[in-house]
Amino acid sequence: MNESIVKTIGVAFAVCLICSLVVSASAVSLRDLQKENKLNDKRIKILQVADIYDPSISIAEQFSELESKFIDFNTGLLMDEYNNFSIDDYDQIIVTKDPNLSSKVPTSEDIAIIKNRENVGKIYILRDEIGAIDKLVLPIRGYGLWGTLYGYISIEDDFNTVSGIEFYDHKETPGLGAEVDNPKWKAQWKGKKIYKDNKVNLAVIKGKVEAGDSESTYKIDGLSGATITSRGVTNMVAYWFGESGYSSLLRELDYES
Amino acid sequence: MNLKKYQDVIVKPLIDENPITLQILGICSALAVTNNLSVTMVMCVAVISVISFSNLFISLIRNYIPSSIRIIVQMTIIASLVIVVDELLKAYDYETSKKLSVFVGLIITNCIVMGRAEAFAMKEKPLLSFLDGLGNGLGYSLILIAVATIRELFGAGTLFGYEILPLISNGGWYMGNNLLLLPPSSFIIIGLFIWLIRSLKSDQIEEDDFFVSKHSTSPDLSKREINV
Repeated sequence: MNESIVKTIGVAFAVCLICSLVVSASAVSLRDLQKENKLNDKRIKILQVADIYDPSISIAEQFSELESKFIDFNTGLLMDEYNNFSIDDYDQIIVTKDPNLSSKVPTSEDIAIIKNRENVGKIYILRDEIGAIDKLVLPIRGYGLWGTLYGYISIEDDFNTVSGIEFYDHKETPGLGAEVDNPKWKAQWKGKKIYKDNKVNLAVIKGKVEAGDSESTYKIDGLSGATITSRGVTNMVAYWFGESGYSSLLRELDYES
Repeated sequence: MNLKKYQDVIVKPLIDENPITLQILGICSALAVTNNLSVTMVMCVAVISVISFSNLFISLIRNYIPSSIRIIVQMTIIASLVIVVDELLKAYDYETSKKLSVFVGLIITNCIVMGRAEAFAMKEKPLLSFLDGLGNGLGYSLILIAVATIRELFGAGTLFGYEILPLISNGGWYMGNNLLLLPPSSFIIIGLFIWLIRSLKSDQIEEDDFFVSKHSTSPDLSKREINV
């Protein structure tokens, strides 16, 4: 009786129906919570990299202290408006899939292996009491060993000194490349300089930065056992602070101040 | 009543019939998620809940499943449970779910889950099947936690992220073993566990499938015949 075609189809249908109901119910009911987690996760990283994160205060409240701006990578100018995008919802990673909103990076220039770069990015500005720029938080990304590392780097008001770095998503090997999340490694970035004679000079080197090295303000200790990840981070900095990235914006801001 | 039966299905899979060390199932995830104890714990909870509930639900409808589509029905139920677990993790433990990434989804392909469904839940009553799933999940977890403890402690010098052996790179004295942080090291550790358990419980030793004969040719190369 169990083997009849009608019964087989009936059971298959019933099982699929019930399972799909359970799956969609859980997906729909948990969606808001998941979205919030994802958003907060990114926001915490931004607050951490700007060095103003305080776990006791609500994330949304702290985040409102930061000013978000669009940046046009082709002109290097900051903008308050871009098409009809709301700045809070604008996702520069998603727009890289849209050929109208992004451009293909020529292979020769694509040192960070990002393939497509959005035409317009989004940065965060932290201002001091009198309204002058205190810090900039700039998103960066680039390929490591297993996948793209996504992160933020913050810059002091001289537009050359690094204040901090954080990665919010990567696929590097735990204990090796994933040491980009090691607080001790990240702490070395504070105070390092990016440009020397208008060229990006900051790099993650192989091995440790030696004491007394005259170039030490441009060098970060390599991640041991993770040469490719280290190189990826170097390339990422070189790309995003180069001509196709933030260099014209930083030059402009430096000139203004 | 038959309390021993219920006790057996939970206790036996821990060592005597451990799904990893005796049946050599579910090795894939044991390699992938064991470099960090806290991540491993979450994975264990996820696997335990998937096995227990898939066993329960499959056992509940076991008399209605036509044998021609039974594997697909089992897979559908298992896959749905895995998706629900994945969604729950993303909602309530986002940090860990980020670290586990695809490996939660890969519980679907964990041979233990389907093995128990096919071998046990299709024949036994719901409560017993649920407990069998629980037992096998715990057996899996036992090995995973042991492997993760060794890997995290000697690989990264930490347990649950807390520093136990201060690494040289952090100004301590311990040189971390980087091999332990890579997946292949779990193969070696699990192998050692299998060796240990089978040395203590000799009834687990399998009979040789074939017999290796002694060298039939002379070890003296000059006397060997070579056919071209």
